[in-house]
Amino acid sequence: MMCDFLFSLVCTGEIFELKAELNSDKKEKKKEAVKKVIASMTVGKDVSALFPDVVNCMQTDNLELKKLVYLYLMNYAKSQPDMAIMAVNTFVKDCEDPNPLIRALAVRTMGCIRVDKITEYLCEPLRKCLKDEDPYVRKTAAVCVAKLHDINAQLVEDQGFLDTLKDLISDSNPMVVANAVAALSEIAESHPNSNLLDLNPQTINKLLTALNECTEWGQIFILDCLANYTPRDDRESQSICERVTPRLSHANSAVVLSAVKVLMKFMEMLPKDLDYYGTLLKKLAPPLVTLLSAEPELQYVALRNINLIVQRRPEILKHEMKVFFVKYNDPIYVKLEKLDIMIRLASQANIAQVLAELKEYATEVDVDFVRKAVRAIGRCAIKVEQSAERCVSTLLDLIQTKVNYVVQEAIVVIKDIFRKYPNKYESVIATLCENLDSLDEPEARAAMIWIVGEYAERIDNADELLESFLEGFHDESTQVQLQLLTAIVKLFLKKPTETQELVQQVLSLATQDSDNPDLRDRGYIYWRLLSTDPVAAKEVVLAEKPLISEETDLIEPTLLEELICHIGTLASVYHKPPSAFVEGSRGVQHKRLPGSAGSGESVESPDTGSAAGVSEAPPAVIPSQGDLLGDLLNLDLTPPTTTGPPPPASSGMQMGAMDLLGGGLDSLMGTGFGAPPAAMPASFNVPVSGGLDDLFDLGGGVGMPMGVFNPPKTVWLPAMKAKGLEISGTFVRRAGVIQMEMTLTNKAMSVMTDFAIQFNRNSFGLAPAGPLQVLTPLSPNQSIEAALPLSTVGPVMKMEPLNNLQVAVKNNIDVFYFSCQYPISMLFAEDGKMERQVFLATWKDIPNDNESQFQIKDCHLNSDAASNKLQGSNIFTIAKRTVEGQDMLYQSMKLTNGIWVLAELRVQAGNPNYTVSTCATVSALDGLCLAYKFCMTNPEP
Amino acid sequence: MIGGLFIYNHKGEVLISRVYRDDIGYVSMEQSFGWKMRNAVDAFRVNVIHARQQVRSPVTNIARTSFFHVKRSNIWLAAVTKQNVNAAMVFEFLYKMCDVMTAYFGKISEENIKNNFVLIYELLDEILDFGYPQNSETGALKTFITQQGIKGQTKEEQSQITSQVTGQIGWRREGIKYRRNELFLDVLESVNLLMSPQGQVLSAHVSGRVVMKSYLSGMPECKFGMNDKIVIDKQGKGAASDDAGKSGKQSIAIDDCTFHQCVRLSKFDSERSISFIPPDGEYELMRYRTTKDIILPFRVIPLVREVGRTKLEVKVVIKSNFKPSLLAQKIEVRIPTPLNTSGVQVICMKGKAKYKASENAIVWKIKRMAGMKESQISAEIELLPTNDKKKWARPPISMNFEVPFAPSGLKVRYLKVFESKLNYSDHDVIKWVRYIGRSGIYETRC
Repeated sequence: MMCDFLFSLVCTGEIFELKAELNSDKKEKKKEAVKKVIASMTVGKDVSALFPDVVNCMQTDNLELKKLVYLYLMNYAKSQPDMAIMAVNTFVKDCEDPNPLIRALAVRTMGCIRVDKITEYLCEPLRKCLKDEDPYVRKTAAVCVAKLHDINAQLVEDQGFLDTLKDLISDSNPMVVANAVAALSEIAESHPNSNLLDLNPQTINKLLTALNECTEWGQIFILDCLANYTPRDDRESQSICERVTPRLSHANSAVVLSAVKVLMKFMEMLPKDLDYYGTLLKKLAPPLVTLLSAEPELQYVALRNINLIVQRRPEILKHEMKVFFVKYNDPIYVKLEKLDIMIRLASQANIAQVLAELKEYATEVDVDFVRKAVRAIGRCAIKVEQSAERCVSTLLDLIQTKVNYVVQEAIVVIKDIFRKYPNKYESVIATLCENLDSLDEPEARAAMIWIVGEYAERIDNADELLESFLEGFHDESTQVQLQLLTAIVKLFLKKPTETQELVQQVLSLATQDSDNPDLRDRGYIYWRLLSTDPVAAKEVVLAEKPLISEETDLIEPTLLEELICHIGTLASVYHKPPSAFVEGSRGVQHKRLPGSAGSGESVESPDTGSAAGVSEAPPAVIPSQGDLLGDLLNLDLTPPTTTGPPPPASSGMQMGAMDLLGGGLDSLMGTGFGAPPAAMPASFNVPVSGGLDDLFDLGGGVGMPMGVFNPPKTVWLPAMKAKGLEISGTFVRRAGVIQMEMTLTNKAMSVMTDFAIQFNRNSFGLAPAGPLQVLTPLSPNQSIEAALPLSTVGPVMKMEPLNNLQVAVKNNIDVFYFSCQYPISMLFAEDGKMERQVFLATWKDIPNDNESQFQIKDCHLNSDAASNKLQGSNIFTIAKRTVEGQDMLYQSMKLTNGIWVLAELRVQAGNPNYTVSTCATVSALDGLCLAYKFCMTNPEP
Repeated sequence: MIGGLFIYNHKGEVLISRVYRDDIGYVSMEQSFGWKMRNAVDAFRVNVIHARQQVRSPVTNIARTSFFHVKRSNIWLAAVTKQNVNAAMVFEFLYKMCDVMTAYFGKISEENIKNNFVLIYELLDEILDFGYPQNSETGALKTFITQQGIKGQTKEEQSQITSQVTGQIGWRREGIKYRRNELFLDVLESVNLLMSPQGQVLSAHVSGRVVMKSYLSGMPECKFGMNDKIVIDKQGKGAASDDAGKSGKQSIAIDDCTFHQCVRLSKFDSERSISFIPPDGEYELMRYRTTKDIILPFRVIPLVREVGRTKLEVKVVIKSNFKPSLLAQKIEVRIPTPLNTSGVQVICMKGKAKYKASENAIVWKIKRMAGMKESQISAEIELLPTNDKKKWARPPISMNFEVPFAPSGLKVRYLKVFESKLNYSDHDVIKWVRYIGRSGIYETRC
C-alpha cells in the first residue's frame, strides 16, 4: 500500500517537504521523492515549482531514477524553457554513454522536450545516434527525427536528417527499417508534393524483405507505407500481392487489415481474367471473417471496413452472409454494423434467411437496433424485387404488434416500397390508415400523409384524414407541413369537387400564416398553378415520379475509392475522408485507387491521370472532399431563404420550385406579395419576388474598378492547394459582357489537360457563358491566359458576402475548389440611364428613411470629370444642379438582375470629400461606397 | 499516431496520463454541458465515462479529437489522437498494453495500477515512442524493465538485450535453460450451433485455439503438424494409395487460421508448414475456424405443447454423441419460459433442474455424462392469463458443456523440436497434448 500512501500524500500538497527529500543524500529517499512528484503530476497537480530540484537528480547511474526524472522533464520543460537548458549537458553526455539503453533513452527523451533552445543541442547527438552501431539506438533515433521535424521542420531539412533517414530504409535491422518508414511516412504527409518517400521497385523490395522479419507493429508501418505505392504494371502489382498475402494469417488484426488494404488497392491493376485475380479474391474472404472473432472493439473497426469492402467488391463476401448474423450478446455498436452489412449482402439467394433474421431482430430490446432492423426489411424489399411481397407481409406483421416505434418505422419504409413498386401493394393502405393516430414522429407522419395524398383516389375518406391533420397545422414540423400541402393539392386535383374548401384552407395557412419561406413559396406556386392552368398543375403535381434507386444508401464512388485507400484507419471507421476530421496539412491529400488493369498508369502521377479515372463526373456532381466542398454542399441544401432540403419522398416538384424562385417567379407571382415594403425603395416599377429582394442586400464586398480599367489579378487558387495548378484572376466588364480573366499556371511536374469550370449558385446568377477555353495542354512551368465570358442567367442563391463566388475547376488530376469576390460595379448595366421624369418621380417617392449617405474622401475631380468617369462604369448622371457652390449630381444605375439604384453625389469645389446619398438598404452601402470609390479613383481610360 | 494514453478508474479519475504529442493537449470547446473542457482528459471523462447513455461506439470523436477506449473490469484505457491513425492498430495496442500489464503485475485493477504507476510509465516509455508502438513482447521487456532496479549489466548483456529487442526474434531471449525440457499443447475449441426444432443444422462452426506452454532451453526451432486436409492430401499424393485413403478420412478442412507472430507466415503460405521459434512460457500459437464435418457433442430435442391458454408442457431430450468411453462435464441446459409463468413442475432423469423466475428459464444441470447416452427432462409450466396479444417469441434452448475432445476433429500429429546448439534432441522433450471442447453459442430453436 506504499503507493496509495504516495497518492494521498501529494494530494495534501507538501511541496516543501518534497523539496527537502529531493535534496537528500540518500539515493533511496531521492527516488521515493521523485516518485511522489510523478504521482502528483499524474493526478494533475502542479509540481513545476520543484523543477530545479528534480533536474538535480538527473545525474545518476540509477537508470530507474533517470527515467523518472526524464518523465518529469518531458512534462514541465515546456513551461520552464530556461531551466530545461540545465538538463542539456546531461543529455549530451548520456548520448555518449557506453550503455546503448541509456544512449537510446537520452535521444528519445530529448526529442520529447519541445523547447526550441534544446533542439539546437539535439542535432549533433541525433546525428551520431542515427549512425550508432547498436540497432536499438538507431531505431529510437529514427523516430526522433520525426519528433524534431514536428518541432522544427526547417532544421531537419537543413541538417540533412531526411537523407540519413532514407538511408536507414536499407538498414540491416528490420525494426530500424520499420521505424524509419514510419517516420518518413509521417514527414511526407506534411509535405504532400515532396518526393520524400521515393518508392521505387528497389526500396519496395527492401520493405517487403523487412516485412517478413520485423515486429507486428513494424509490419503495420511497412504495409501502410506500401499502400501508398503505385506499381508500374500489373506484373509488379501481382508480385507485391504475392508477397503480402501471407500477412493475412497474422494474429494481429491490424496487420491483416493493412494487408487487405494493400491487396484491395493493387488488385485494381490486375486484369480480371487473370487466374491470380480469382485466387486473390478467394483468399481475402476467410481472414475478413476471422476478424469477426476478435474483441468487440476490433470487430467494430473490421465491420466498418468490411462495409466499404463489400461496396467495392461484393463478390468477396457474397457467400458469407451467416457470419454477419447478430449474436445476442454482441455490443450494440457491433449489432448495428452487422445489420448494415447484412443488407448489403442480401440477394435473391439468401433473402429468406435474412428476412427471418431481421424479423427476430425487430423484437429485440434496443430501440435503435429495432428501428434499424425494420428499416432493413424495407431496404431488402427495394433491393431484391422477388422478396418484396414477403417483406411487405413481414412489415404488416410488425405493424400488428402495435409497438409504437416499430409501426412508425414500418410506415416510413412502406412508403419507399410504394415508390419502388407502384400499383402493387396498395391493398395494405387500409391497415396503415388504422394506425394513423399512433404516429407521433414527423418522418412517419409525413410518410403517411404522402401515402394518403398519393393514393387519394383509392381512399374514400382521404379528405377527412387530411383534414384531421390540418387542424394542428402550425404545430407540425416543416417536413409534415410541406407534405400536407402537397398531399392536399394532389387530393384536390384528383377530387376537385369535394375538396375545394380544404385546398383553400391549406393554401392560406401556408402562404399567409406561415413565416417559413419554403412553405410559403411552395404554397404560392401551387396557388398560382391552380388558378392559372389546372391542366398544367395536374401535369406538374401528379407527374409520374422516377423510381427510387435501390442503392440510395451507398457511399458515393469517389469517396468510396478514397476510403478504400484508408482501410484500417480512422477514416474508414468514420466513413469520412481524413480532411473532415484532421486539422492542418496532414491527411489533406486525397488518395485514389490506381487505374484499372493493364493501363499501368497512376492517377497520382498527374501526367497520366486521365486514363485512370474510374468514374470521372462533371465537377459539380463530385462530392469530393475539400473543406470548401463541404460548404458548397451545405449551401446547396440550406440556402438562407429556405429551410431544409425537400423531403426525399416527395416528387421532383420541389426541385423545380427552387428554379422557379430564381428565375421568372416575379412575373408569375404578380406584385401583391412578398417584398417587405422597406426593403427596396429604389426598385420602383420593377416588381421583385420575395426571393430576389434579399439580393439587393449588397453586403460588404470589395468593390473593384471596372470598365476599361483592369484591376490587378490576385491569386485565387494557390498551387499548394491544387496539386500544382495556380489560378490568379480578375473580373472585367468589356462591351457589356462580364468576363472572368484568369491566368492558369502549371507548377507541377507534369502536363495538365482537360480543363473545365463550374460555378456554385450565387447572388446574381453568374454562370459561365461557354466552356473554359484552354485548348493546348499546359506543360510544367507554363502559364496560359483564359478569358471566360459570364452570363447572369444562372441559378440564384444569396451568398455571404453578397459578391462571393464559389468556383470549381477540374483538370486531368483532380477537381479543385476556391472562392473569390467580384466587384459589384461589374454588374452595372449599360442601360442604366433612367428617364428624367421617372427619376424625379421615383426620387420623391422614396421615403427618407431609406436614404443613406457616405463620403468619398480625397477625390480631386470636379463634378464633370467625376460624372464622365462614373459613366465609364455605367453610373449615369441624369441631372445636375448647383446650390450654394455645391454641385449635385443625380445618378442612376441598374444591376444585371433589374434592380435600380438611385444616387445623389454632392461635390463642393475645393473640398476633396464627396458626399453620396443613395437609396438602398444600409447593408448595401459598403458595396456601393467601394464601387463609387474605385470608379472615381481609377486611372483614366 | 497515438497522441496520448490515459488510464481512468470507474469514477473518471486519471490514474495514468502519458502525452506523446502536443496536438491533443488542449481540446478547448464548449459542450452542451455549458463549461469549457480543460483538455482531452476531461473531454473523455465527460463525454464517455460520465455519459448518461450506453456507449454507442468504441471510437468517439470530440472536437476533432478521436478517443479509442477499451474497458477492463472497471478500468478505462483510452488512446487519444488528432490524426488519421490506423484504428485497428490502436486497439491491438491497447489490448497488448493490457497483456503486458497483466504479465507484470497480474489483474488490471485500480489498486494494482496505483501500486505500479512508476513501472507503467516506464513501460509506456518503452513500448510507445512518439505514438508508434515498439516491441511489446513481455519476454523481451522483462529482460530490461524490471521492478528490482537495474542490475549491473555487462557490455555483452546490454548488447544482447538491444539485439533481442530489435532483433528478428523479439519474443524470446537467448540463454534460457531448463533442466527438464517440457512443452504443453492445449487445443481449446468452442463449438457453436444453431439448430431448427426439427433437428436441422442452421449454422455450426468451431473456433479453436492452440495454446502452448513451452519450457525449452536455448533457441529451439519447432515444427507443428496437425491433420490439416491440405497437408494430408499433398502427402497422400506422394505416399502409397492405401495410406492416402486412410489418412484422408481423418483430415479436417480449416477455413482460416491466424498465427502468433513467431510463426513464419511466408513458409506457411508456400508450404503450409507451421515452423517457429516459440516464446518462453504460455502463448497462443494459432487460432482457426472450421465449418465442415463438425462433431456436435450433444443433440437437443425439444417438444413444447400448449395446453389451453394457461399451461405449457415442455419435454427436452438430450443425446450425447461421442465415444462412450469419454465423459462430458459441466452440462447445463437452459429452457426459456414465458414471462407470465406462474409456476413450474419439473421432473428430470439425471442431474438437478430448477426454475429460475428471475431469469425466466428452467436451468437443468448435469455434472457428468458419458457418450452415446440420453437423458430427458419434462416440465409443466403454468401461465397467468394475460391480455397481451403478442405471442411469446419462444427463445431458443441453449446449452453449455465441456468435452475432452476437439469437436472440429483436429488432431495434433507432431510437434518437433530442434535445437542444434544444445545437446538435447526431439526425443528428450516431454510433450503433453490436451483437447478441450466447450460450448460457444449452442442453441436449438423450439
